[in-house]
Amino acid sequence: MSTRTLPLLFINLGGEMLYILDQRLRAQNIPADKAKKVMNDIITTMFNKKFLEELFKPQELYSKKALRTVFDRLAHASIMRLNQASMDKLYDLMTMAFKYQVLLCLRPKDILLVSFNHMDAIKDFVKDTPSILSQVDETYQQLIEIYTPLSNGEFQLIRQTLLIFFQDMHIRVSIFLKDKVQNSNGRFVLPTSGPVPRGTQIPGLIRIFSCAGEELTRLQFNNGGNYSSAQREGSFEIFGDRVTKLGTNMYSVSRPVETHMSGTSKSSAQHTKVNTVPNPLAKEELNLLSRLMGGLEVQKPGSTDTGFRVNLFATDEEEEEALISRPDDLSYGIVNIQATKDQQANAELAKIMGEFTESGEQSPSASSKGDDLLAMMDGL
Amino acid sequence: MFHKEKSIQIKNSASALYNNLSVLRIAPRRLTYFTVVHANVVNMVSASWDGLNYSHRQLQSKEPNVATSTSLIMQAAFCVLPSRDLLVVSSQKGIQMYESDGSIMVYWHALDTPEAPTEQAVFARGISAVSDNYICVGVSSGAVLVFDVPSKGSNITLSEVLEEHKEAITDIAAECSGSQERLASLVTADDGGNVCVWKSGEEFQLLNKIPGLDITCSSVKLWKGTVLAGYGNGQIRLYEAVTGILHAEVNAHARWIYSLDVAPFSGLLLSAAEDSFVRVWHLAMTPETNSVEIAHLHNECVTDTQICGAKFCDGDGYAFAVTGYDLSEIIRYVQS
Repeated sequence: MSTRTLPLLFINLGGEMLYILDQRLRAQNIPADKAKKVMNDIITTMFNKKFLEELFKPQELYSKKALRTVFDRLAHASIMRLNQASMDKLYDLMTMAFKYQVLLCLRPKDILLVSFNHMDAIKDFVKDTPSILSQVDETYQQLIEIYTPLSNGEFQLIRQTLLIFFQDMHIRVSIFLKDKVQNSNGRFVLPTSGPVPRGTQIPGLIRIFSCAGEELTRLQFNNGGNYSSAQREGSFEIFGDRVTKLGTNMYSVSRPVETHMSGTSKSSAQHTKVNTVPNPLAKEELNLLSRLMGGLEVQKPGSTDTGFRVNLFATDEEEEEALISRPDDLSYGIVNIQATKDQQANAELAKIMGEFTESGEQSPSASSKGDDLLAMMDGL
Repeated sequence: MFHKEKSIQIKNSASALYNNLSVLRIAPRRLTYFTVVHANVVNMVSASWDGLNYSHRQLQSKEPNVATSTSLIMQAAFCVLPSRDLLVVSSQKGIQMYESDGSIMVYWHALDTPEAPTEQAVFARGISAVSDNYICVGVSSGAVLVFDVPSKGSNITLSEVLEEHKEAITDIAAECSGSQERLASLVTADDGGNVCVWKSGEEFQLLNKIPGLDITCSSVKLWKGTVLAGYGNGQIRLYEAVTGILHAEVNAHARWIYSLDVAPFSGLLLSAAEDSFVRVWHLAMTPETNSVEIAHLHNECVTDTQICGAKFCDGDGYAFAVTGYDLSEIIRYVQS
């Protein structure tokens, strides 16, 4: 539907990913310098100029599979390694968090405020590194340029597009269950109380007018809820109080974050899903994906001294158990590039990797770079 | 006033789209059809009145070729004409018209979709039968396509394109009171809250334009010459169609309204919004003073659900049905 949804989806999911990784790095007592390197590397990759250029082009939303591939790559942009089970859990947490934020936004355009909350936190993560900071600032400018002129109707279309992407996801997240924002059936609590959105009046008043425009009668009715007046407007600029708490870091208090797999898969199977095609990934989507991935720098996998593994579970045993017991309909089915018979698309990927090296020069070994990428994606 | 009845299960959950429920009552066969949109699929359920038989069918948006990305459906609606009923499905790629049971597609109209995606999304949304032989469908550019529908067969033709709106059409409705002497036959609404009133005919005539204030009008109805409009700021407004005079303004909901419906014989009005509430109202006309009044009758709260569709199941408003985002059921309420 809306061709402007992908940047918001990516930035908000990316922001949630950083919140979670930051919490896990601390919980696992990773040395500060290594932790900082991981965060900086990931943020640098996220805000890579070429990558963002592709991202901000008007386009339809990717499938869940394709987007997961992008985030797998992003999570491995540094010396940190994640096993499949931890990556699955990370992605579950990211997506459920953003789904919650989108659902609970008071107005569709508040999604932009949520995005700014994520951006503000990302900026704070890299405040000591001027080079990355400038990349982040440029992205603020782009967001403001593209999104602030949009009408409320267009924002609602973006929101509806995001809600289709998140449709039927009901993974239970322990932090949400504890805070009572999610029910035990995985559905979010939508309160019928609290402040109304800006521009909306508290429901209850009926006004009848004469043909001349004078108010003839006022009637009140019971709205069945417990609403209060709207809060003040949040800032849509680079700096400022966003007012809404949606999109701020809910993991700052160190709490173990678990997801529950059981009881979340629906009994009525979905016969058709958005973007489901006979091949694992349609050719056109593969082309789009390869253009996007072409902008993602990949760090050389660190030697065993500097590289380390992060676990999103409390113990290694739990992580292994989670991998085995994950229900089939909740698996993300990571893109297996080797498996597609589409030679041309593979060649595309290899070409793009060849165009882009860490030093910015033309790489002589274009094909080996392409193989690296394919091998890495296969290994995910 | 109303109590909840047994829900109807559907194969997929409802997507968050305006007016995401359509109902067709088939009295001779003692059946009611319901349609609910899920992404690129229309879920149809045929429910027998005795509550014993349910049959399901799914319709997909037509794909010109498999390689291109899926076409999401924006709306599915039954169009009742004197000689036939059709099911119209509007999507990102075009407009499909089926026999009302969804068995055969009788017409396909492709939208002009650009080669590469543009900043402006392209889709069709807003569907209504008008007068005896027209079906109108809105487009994201603001255009309203008028199709001429013969009493039978597939010789449906595009008769006119109404170009008055500059923003994406959200909803379209025809005069539903059944009276022939009303001047206004059609009302169209857009993303900016602008509402246009038309007289149908070989050439449709614009009678009036009610400006919006960048507050989206997501759902609109036309009854006894009165425009009933639901807005993104939770308000319902009643306007006299031809003059644009504001009869009433209601602070009805705490969130974006997604659906309005009217029961033409009794003057009951149904409103549903993202705030989880469905509200029932009563409309009263006083022709002597040319006034229209609205009174609140009843609330239903669908806990933890953002409602996206609400429709009366019959012309008196004896029963109504509701759909919500992520909900795989059609919830029904009946008068006590």
